[in-house]
Amino acid sequence: MEETLQKILDDYKKNNGNIITILQDIEKNFGFIPEYAVNWISKKLDIPASRFFGCATFYSQFHLRHRGKNIVTVCRGTACHVKGSERLINRLLMELDIPRDEDTTADLKFTVEKVNCIGACGIAPVTILNNEVHGKITLDKLMKEIKKIKAGE
Amino acid sequence: MKKNIIIKVCTGTGGIASGGEEVLSAFRDAVSSSGIKAIFNERCSAQKVGCRGFCAKDVLVDVIINGEKTTYKHIKQDMVQRIVDEHILNGKAVEEWTVGEDYHTFHDRQTKVVLSHCGEIDPEDINAYMAVGGYDAARKAVCSMTPKEIVDTVKNSNLRGRGGAGFPTGLKWELGMRIKSDIKYVICNGDEGDPGAFMDRSVMEGDPHSVIEGMIICAKATESGHGYIYVRAEYPLAVKRLQMAIDQCRENGFLGSNIFGSGFDFDLRIFQGAGAFVCGEATALMRSIEGKRGMPSPKLWRSAEKGLWDRPTVLNNVETFANIPRIIMNGAEWYSNLGTERSGGTKVFSLSGKVKNTGLIEVPFGTSLKKIIYDIGGGIEGGKAFKALQTGGPSGGCIPAESLEIEVDYESLAQAGSIMGSGGMVVLDETSCMVNTAKFFLEFTQAESCGKCTPCRIGTKRMLEILERITSGNGKEEDIDLLEELCRYIRAASLCGLGMTAPNPVLSTLRYFRDEYEAHIRDKRCPAAVCKDLITYSVVEELCTGCGACKRACPADAVRGTRKSPHRIDADACVKCGTCFDACKFKAIRKQ
Ligand SMILES: Cc1cc2nc3c(=O)[nH]c(=O)nc-3n(C[C@H](O)[C@H](O)[C@H](O)COP(=O)(O)O)c2cc1C
Repeated sequence: MEETLQKILDDYKKNNGNIITILQDIEKNFGFIPEYAVNWISKKLDIPASRFFGCATFYSQFHLRHRGKNIVTVCRGTACHVKGSERLINRLLMELDIPRDEDTTADLKFTVEKVNCIGACGIAPVTILNNEVHGKITLDKLMKEIKKIKAGE
Repeated sequence: MKKNIIIKVCTGTGGIASGGEEVLSAFRDAVSSSGIKAIFNERCSAQKVGCRGFCAKDVLVDVIINGEKTTYKHIKQDMVQRIVDEHILNGKAVEEWTVGEDYHTFHDRQTKVVLSHCGEIDPEDINAYMAVGGYDAARKAVCSMTPKEIVDTVKNSNLRGRGGAGFPTGLKWELGMRIKSDIKYVICNGDEGDPGAFMDRSVMEGDPHSVIEGMIICAKATESGHGYIYVRAEYPLAVKRLQMAIDQCRENGFLGSNIFGSGFDFDLRIFQGAGAFVCGEATALMRSIEGKRGMPSPKLWRSAEKGLWDRPTVLNNVETFANIPRIIMNGAEWYSNLGTERSGGTKVFSLSGKVKNTGLIEVPFGTSLKKIIYDIGGGIEGGKAFKALQTGGPSGGCIPAESLEIEVDYESLAQAGSIMGSGGMVVLDETSCMVNTAKFFLEFTQAESCGKCTPCRIGTKRMLEILERITSGNGKEEDIDLLEELCRYIRAASLCGLGMTAPNPVLSTLRYFRDEYEAHIRDKRCPAAVCKDLITYSVVEELCTGCGACKRACPADAVRGTRKSPHRIDADACVKCGTCFDACKFKAIRKQ
């Protein structure tokens, strides 16, 4: 981990970065923001860890907890809402057996997230499955994709 | 025989989601394996183009043979070979796959200025942009115009900011020009946080160079040396294409030092947002670039005096900048004549929701809403009845059928109780519940409130609680008055536009659809049958064939019955997910 963090630190110095770019790098490398990583960088830079956590909790792209191996993001923009994304997400949580107020399956395989709007309103409702955008999605189509992922593992 | 063949494949976010990349490479493979180049001894190119705004029909493909264009819709990888064989090799278009009348009316009734390149040129190639006159305007501005001449042109064009508030762009630049400082910034706001809006995404993905060119011209007018493009994290493709465009500009000497050989220096970089709606607000955006929590500050001074890192800063929206090169080349008068007296030019709207043709449209200011929805949008999907047009995203409001005659501009929409915002238009039909819609937006603003000022942080929370009460059947008679009172305070006392406009969705639905609120509160009934707690699902015995489709589909095992006899829904077990309603082919499930 330290090696990766050192690289993040070097990039920060080279590119004139800031707290947000550091957090973006950490998130990209680890999939979330580990407390250890923040404390390590905070010491090296002599910037209070609270400043990092202040940003990490402010922006929705940063996650403080482990996320699933596969990320299913359901768009909750207006157009998708009108086309039934609320029901889609509720049924998806049910199908994946994710408990109330949680977003990740117990085996850490899947995380279900919402996003405000990805601007693909013409093909609503939209989901993103591991960075791949799927338009005009239905629960059946989505479950088929999810089964494919499960089978491939 | 010499033939010039161009194949254009849509590869915006919508196009890629529908398989655009695969279609493009299938064309490239088919073209090279059939040896077309050798046969015709001429040029045949397959290129990617940006979003042309009609994502519902993606993947869209243009085949242009000697200037004659045929457009195909819904193209998949396995359809490519037939198009190549029949159309490209034998000159006979595959009629059954071509777009219909609706595609042409959709486009023909628009006036494309900002979107004129989207879907026409390869956004990843600076030469394609230069071939259509790209960077001529920037060269002209940088090499042969004074800042004052640029500012005057923009002022006379009557261009107003497309980010929402409609502030006259020329005036903003004039302030930026007057203030002297050795370091000044130009910022392009590509945060586009309004759910339901995607015009900035399409421009950044489909014509990134026009945004950069607009920024170069602004930099010259205000004599700024540095620029930032703030792009939201949810738009990875826009970031990629803008970065490519910036790199190509540097290679060509359009960015960096001594641009266009004029002695003027200007360079820019991209800053990626991290997912916070409020960062679209100008002061919050600047804090975010500084690496801080993106919270708005009181406007004690203008950004033109003290903006990014307390330096003079001019900040404009993506679409605003994309208009600039056209204004410089075609003149202020041409542009202002396109629009109305109050607002010059055209505006891009993203039309979505329950309308037949969803997509991006560009029309002059002054076009009626009716024309937008019915002539260009093709009317309501599935023969349902129109209920309302939601404009301006979570800061906007809902406009009812009676007001569809209004001619769209900043002032007319405000009068109708909504706002222009960034230009999102979501069509709602009879199956949309207006209280639920208001609640949807309040959920959004409440979650996105940065928490700095109390009226917004706590006020929106209280409003949301009341709306939740109403939609769950626990509304009280006095709730409507309470909502209106809260709206007044939040609007008057919030620090930034987020809080000030947060009440709009509630106020406008109360204004036009008060009866729906009353039905929820008094009769505990949701007229559109949307609010989960107020509806029940049951089986219409006469229509039920006992096929068992609902029983198999139900995730809660709430459907009882044996094959070939009418089924029944156990109300206690039912979680009201609506799966049975969708599964039934005989319309035997009733939703009330
Ligand atoms: C909560 C909030 C969100 C905003 N979001 C955006 C946005 O996503 N894009 C944008 O261009 N302007 C947005 N604005 C408006 C900006 O503050 C600013 O007025 C605008 O970018 C100025 O550019 P313009 O003059 O070209 O319109 C937002 C304002 C508020 C209050």
